Amino acid sequence: MIYLCLCWEFFKTGLFSIGGGLATLPFLSEMGSKFGWFTQEELANMLAVSESTPGPIGINMATYVGNTVGGVLGGVLATFALVLPSYLVILLVAKVMERFQNNRFVQSSMTTLRPASVGMVGAAILGVLQSVLVNMDAVRAMAWSQMLSWPNLVLFAILLALYAKFNKLHPVVILAIGAVVGIVCKL
Amino acid sequence: MRQLIDLFVSFFKIGLFTFGGGYAMLPMLQREIVEKHKWATEDDVLDYYAIGQCTPGIIAVNTATFVGVKLAGALGGAVSTVAVVSPSLIIITIISTILRNFAEYAVVQHAFAGIRVAVAALVVVSVAKLFKKGVKDVLGYVIFAVSLLLVFFLDVSPIWVVLAAIAIGVGKALKAGKGGEQA
Repeated sequence: MIYLCLCWEFFKTGLFSIGGGLATLPFLSEMGSKFGWFTQEELANMLAVSESTPGPIGINMATYVGNTVGGVLGGVLATFALVLPSYLVILLVAKVMERFQNNRFVQSSMTTLRPASVGMVGAAILGVLQSVLVNMDAVRAMAWSQMLSWPNLVLFAILLALYAKFNKLHPVVILAIGAVVGIVCKL
Repeated sequence: MRQLIDLFVSFFKIGLFTFGGGYAMLPMLQREIVEKHKWATEDDVLDYYAIGQCTPGIIAVNTATFVGVKLAGALGGAVSTVAVVSPSLIIITIISTILRNFAEYAVVQHAFAGIRVAVAALVVVSVAKLFKKGVKDVLGYVIFAVSLLLVFFLDVSPIWVVLAAIAIGVGKALKAGKGGEQA
């Protein structure tokens, strides 16, 4: 029963991803490899669409993954399963707001959770980088000279430099440049 | 009833105009909640937002739920939560259906090959920003590195990493508490 499985996976994701929309990425990446619902490349596609459309990125990703796995109903179920734990936790926390916010265990846990969250997002992003920049067939064949996808690497370096230098640039501009180069150079 | 409809409309707008991470929602939140409807003060909103960061889930959704619960109880929270996710649901459902129909075209495949490279560059910058904000001391560096290695190389489930990080945080607080009493 794929819908039940989707709901359970997204409920867990909602319960354990703390600190920003990208925090869900390691969970989604795990879902892809555990159930074979989508490849690392498809995940990168979904990430690009979610970055460039309205709405919080974590919600967009949930809807997209759910939709890919189980159609329209899958998208709706995944989204609501993701936010259900938030809703329940906030109902509880709203009653004890000051005590929760100033609790030393909560504060201390945040100082250790944040680096862990950044590390896990970093791991998910390494997965994305690997799928984009490394030619896994060449790695398996041990053809060292073809291991890296050089055109992609050059484009990546240019876009990274551009985005890091011009911080005000809207992400959609970077994605659009990527799309145009992809079409023109037949990447 | 009137208030619930207002809540829905406001948070639907907020969901629609939040691009990317949850941080983008703050200005919109202030305009709708504080200035237009006076449902909360500016300080309240910042508090909700701060708590939204340390409760599970998406920050934008947590903040929305919080405002709804404070204003109109459990029902208000449900209304604002559904409202803030609705634009995403509608837009992504449409886009993913359209893209699936065009996925076979060579042009679309080439475009997405380029877009994947671009999104890789974007998320590298995002994670660098997260790193600067969230990893500050030696313990932080260690937790960052160990979490990254465990999840990337050993395929450890993120759930275990989160639980371990919480345990370390609680341990740290207990130790600091003891030290404080002795001093």
